[in-house]
Amino acid sequence: MSTQSVPRPDEARRVPDRLRSPLGRLLKSWEVLLLLVAVAIFVANSFASPYFLDAWNLSDATFNFTEKAMIAFAMALLIISGEIDLSVAAIIALASTAMGAAAQAGIGPAGLVAIGLVCGLACGAFNGALVTGLGLPSIVVTIGTMSLFRGISYIVLGDQAYRGYPPGFAWFGQGYVWWVISVEFVLFAVFAVLFAILLHKTNFGRAVYAIGNNPVGALFSGIRVARVKFILFLLTGLMSGVAAICLTSRLGSTRPSIAFGWELEVVTMVVLGGVNILGGSGSIPGVVIATFVMGLVTFGLGLLNVPGIVMSIFIGLLLIGVIALPRLWAMARRE
Amino acid sequence: MTALLKSREAILLAAILALLALIAARFPGFVAPSNLVRVFTDTSPLIILALGQMCVILTRCIDLSVAANLALTGMVVAMLNTAAPDLPVAATLAVALALGAVLGAINGVLVWKLDIPPIVVTLGTMTIFRGLIFLLSNGKWINAHEMSASFTGFPRAEILGVPMLAWIAIAAVLLLAVVIARTPLGRAFYAVGGNPHAAVYTGLNVGRTQFFAFMISGALAGLTGYLWVARYSVAYVDIAGGFELEVVAACVIGGISIMGGIGSVGGALLGALFLGVVKNALPVVDISPFWQLAISGSAIIIAVAFNAQSSRGRGRVILRRAEHRT
Repeated sequence: MSTQSVPRPDEARRVPDRLRSPLGRLLKSWEVLLLLVAVAIFVANSFASPYFLDAWNLSDATFNFTEKAMIAFAMALLIISGEIDLSVAAIIALASTAMGAAAQAGIGPAGLVAIGLVCGLACGAFNGALVTGLGLPSIVVTIGTMSLFRGISYIVLGDQAYRGYPPGFAWFGQGYVWWVISVEFVLFAVFAVLFAILLHKTNFGRAVYAIGNNPVGALFSGIRVARVKFILFLLTGLMSGVAAICLTSRLGSTRPSIAFGWELEVVTMVVLGGVNILGGSGSIPGVVIATFVMGLVTFGLGLLNVPGIVMSIFIGLLLIGVIALPRLWAMARRE
Repeated sequence: MTALLKSREAILLAAILALLALIAARFPGFVAPSNLVRVFTDTSPLIILALGQMCVILTRCIDLSVAANLALTGMVVAMLNTAAPDLPVAATLAVALALGAVLGAINGVLVWKLDIPPIVVTLGTMTIFRGLIFLLSNGKWINAHEMSASFTGFPRAEILGVPMLAWIAIAAVLLLAVVIARTPLGRAFYAVGGNPHAAVYTGLNVGRTQFFAFMISGALAGLTGYLWVARYSVAYVDIAGGFELEVVAACVIGGISIMGGIGSVGGALLGALFLGVVKNALPVVDISPFWQLAISGSAIIIAVAFNAQSSRGRGRVILRRAEHRT
């Protein structure tokens, strides 16, 4: 990652002596701000369209973001540690292709899930080995593996598609646990809690922050930097595998172009959630709220017949604005 | 250091020549001059964009918005052409360069004045630019019959048997080579990317230098936008979709370090040519074009591993080893 650069010596020397200092307050207010945005969008949507406040519609809306969000949780940890994985969408494509091929061979739903997860893990391990083993910059490595993974998918499938998944497999992407609560949404919630605990309540989570803030310092304070980063790549691969299972099950088909461009949406979610793209800070609750913000924006605009490409303008503005505004505010206050 | 870089480019050149020899052994037609010109012309947009991207990467930034900038500028000049078919090509070129530079300057200002990480800025502007194309065009295509003959004819007009598109790429290479090697700005790119702190203490404005890198990248993307739309005689929202990553790939393969400060015009040129030769050779040697993505992905990984091996600083080695042992 590139480090932003104009050095301000006095600022660099100001080391916080407590962990819950102004930074903690800032993060807190960030999430509150984001929550307010989410509520505002929710209210605006319910006024804008009479179809918005409908349990089934809202349930459908969650499908817009649950799969991406599951990857975003793992990606948040990875970005906090100072790395990035742009190959997540390609891992979905490869895992989905592997599952499709297995389904053709007559393997049942449980086997397909196992194949999806193992494929995700293998891809994550490949990224992790290149980054931690050879010491390569993750942004370039994952741009490379992004082409490689999706490329393999294209070699296998070409312009064809896999269909004909076993009936039981549809449960993951199309099933409902209770009333309007979908299986995917439950998975999303469970993973949100798991990742929040992992990041905020375990030694591992502290290590992730430490590495993101100062990898060399973390190394000398006894943290196994390379191992932690490797595990984070594994986790990101695994979550991409989970997302691949959900998405494949929901669509019921696999094309090599599946989930194209998702890596950028996942990164947008993470950054929107208040995670510093340069590493070192961020929180899972922030990412959770950010996923809702993005899901609500896309769904609400969709109900108003705004085309997807125009929504992307909003997402782009949101991404830049949300980072630019606090900085502009800080600049205005300094003067 | 110079020797190292030189050998790097020599290796890449040898790889391209070996590739050509391999293909020529079975398909002599591929290395016929006319076909080589065709391959070079086909790779020209990638070369021009890689040159701009190189400037940006040299300053430790990255520009993911180049393909979207290309598409937006291409759409604007295409619409301009349908509205005013008699506009001379020179004016179209000027508009494309200027608009591209403005779009690049937006990236630059956000990086310079607000200190937002370049990857975030250009990720954002990338989606915004694409969205703007849709708003401008209402999702419609502008097709060949709506464009004037001079508009679409310019990139294909041949001088000495080589199309204008290729000449522009050659001109861009020469121009950038001079800018990089012979102007204060070009040297500042290296200084800022190599060591931003030291650059500040030598009196360079880091943000401003990055701003100009983005502007150069934007202007070249805008220029390519016109050439692209005119060459393929079509403009729509998704042209050159995903091309930004191919541009970054060309730079990485060309030995330009993503950590900034290392790279050369020759590297960018050869990196782009390598991808271009592979792309054009696949159908000839009867490998499915679906292999192209995986091949360029592998090339990126190999190239970056190679970059890291050859440019690892001495002071860092001890630390890296300690890190590895864990």
